Amino acid sequence: MEIRHFTCINCPMGCPLSVTIDDQGQVVEVQGNTCPKGDAYGQSEAVHPLRIVTSVVPVLHGDLLMVSCKTSQPIPKEKMFDVIQALKSVRFEAPIHIGDVLIENVANTSASIIATKEVQRI
Amino acid sequence: MENNKQLVIIGGGPAGLAAAIGAKQAGIDDLLILERDHCLGGILNQCIHNGFGLHTFGEELTGPEYAWRYIQQVKDLEIPYQLDSMVLDISEDKTIRYVNATQGVCQVHAQAIILAMGCRERPFGSLSIPGYRPAGIYSAGTAQKLVNIDGYMPGKEVVILGSGDIGLIMARRMTFEGAHVHTVAERLPYSGGLKRNIVQCLDDFNIPLQLSHTVVDVHGKDRIESVTIAQVNANNLPIAGTEQEYPCDTLLLSCGLIPENELSAKAGIQLSKITNGPIVNELLETNKEGVFACGNVLHVHDLVDFVSQEATKAGQNAAQYILNHLPETQHEIPIETSGLIRYTVPFSIDPSRMDDKQVIRFRLGNVLKNGYVNVYIDDKRIIHQKKMIRTPGEMESIVLKREWLSDATQSIRIETEVA
Repeated sequence: MEIRHFTCINCPMGCPLSVTIDDQGQVVEVQGNTCPKGDAYGQSEAVHPLRIVTSVVPVLHGDLLMVSCKTSQPIPKEKMFDVIQALKSVRFEAPIHIGDVLIENVANTSASIIATKEVQRI
Repeated sequence: MENNKQLVIIGGGPAGLAAAIGAKQAGIDDLLILERDHCLGGILNQCIHNGFGLHTFGEELTGPEYAWRYIQQVKDLEIPYQLDSMVLDISEDKTIRYVNATQGVCQVHAQAIILAMGCRERPFGSLSIPGYRPAGIYSAGTAQKLVNIDGYMPGKEVVILGSGDIGLIMARRMTFEGAHVHTVAERLPYSGGLKRNIVQCLDDFNIPLQLSHTVVDVHGKDRIESVTIAQVNANNLPIAGTEQEYPCDTLLLSCGLIPENELSAKAGIQLSKITNGPIVNELLETNKEGVFACGNVLHVHDLVDFVSQEATKAGQNAAQYILNHLPETQHEIPIETSGLIRYTVPFSIDPSRMDDKQVIRFRLGNVLKNGYVNVYIDDKRIIHQKKMIRTPGEMESIVLKREWLSDATQSIRIETEVA
């Protein structure tokens, strides 16, 4: 048995959650929440926390120096820096359109990196 | 060069874009957006994180994506806009003087004007922090522009003063780009930032948030070398003996946003000392007839979705004004506030001109747990709304129905009630 502590992010209350996890890694109990949203958040945050990662990468021959981008879906929290690392060595040719896939299966997360800004070629 | 327009919108950020779309769709074809930057979209272009548009589009977009949806509408509707153009002043007869590099100084006369200039960050100079004034001190938004637009890192060893959302977002952003964020100091006993940002921008990276702490000294003559942080007491005064020095090469400031109203003040528009924005009626019209205001220039918002809603309304109202569809005002009833309510927007309501359902937005001066917001019309309580928590950082709203008010209504009062 293990107890992990989180702050609920669903509203400004920010309830301090204590999540009890058994030896098989299953959630036994969420305590400290004041509503069902907190219970659901505690369950998912304790077992498989996910995050959308956003960043920028350099553009060649564009009207902007950098294009902003994001993961196409939330990725496991512990892979955030792997994704950021994968963006360090790349650059892309303009034009780039919102929604363009820049990198597929980034850092083996099965998520893509997609552009979130329009860049014209100059 | 001088010409005439039905409507000129000052600012091409989220407020200006939504206002222009609202006015165009309400029948105004002869309009112009003036934007001082080289592209539309305003601050959203540098807010590359996600979380925008949940209310408007039912999905979480990044800032540039949210802006693009409105920019595309502006382009589809063929709304004219002028970039790289800085408005200098607005005259009594609504002539706007602006300047750009290709045309020089231009003048345009407008039947109506919408102010949508947004806000700016509280600068270092207004914080009264002792010590040196070396290089390496930036507002969080400036750092955000350097990193996200220019691809340039302002420093490696970072301390952040103030826990506004931009500061929190930049703590994560700088960490991703390889910087070491030592701490975030917040003078108040609570953070004005969203819980989600505290967890996902600080806790995720073990960055400590020190509440009731502030920077009391800045060291380093040419480049910042360290800051001294101390705990403050209930009167915001540093407590002797709690000082701690943090070596750093960068200090970021996230200490609040101020509506940018130099133009408005110069044009004789009456401003509120509380919001620092224009005082507006139910039409979002200022004390100058035909001059409307919306978005962060009116009062600082925390969600862009509400900026877009408010600005759409301002655009529609300006259209009604231009098309002479607005009835003369009968009697404006000021909205009185008490308890923790700091202000309301609008500041007053004319029942004969209000919508069937009028949104009243407001902010609280302190945290209210399990308390009520009450609305009284002529001393009769018509709203009694309980909520688990309300905080100064989150804008609140209530809806007033026209059927509750009449020409005989004398007073509207909104207050908080502690449980």
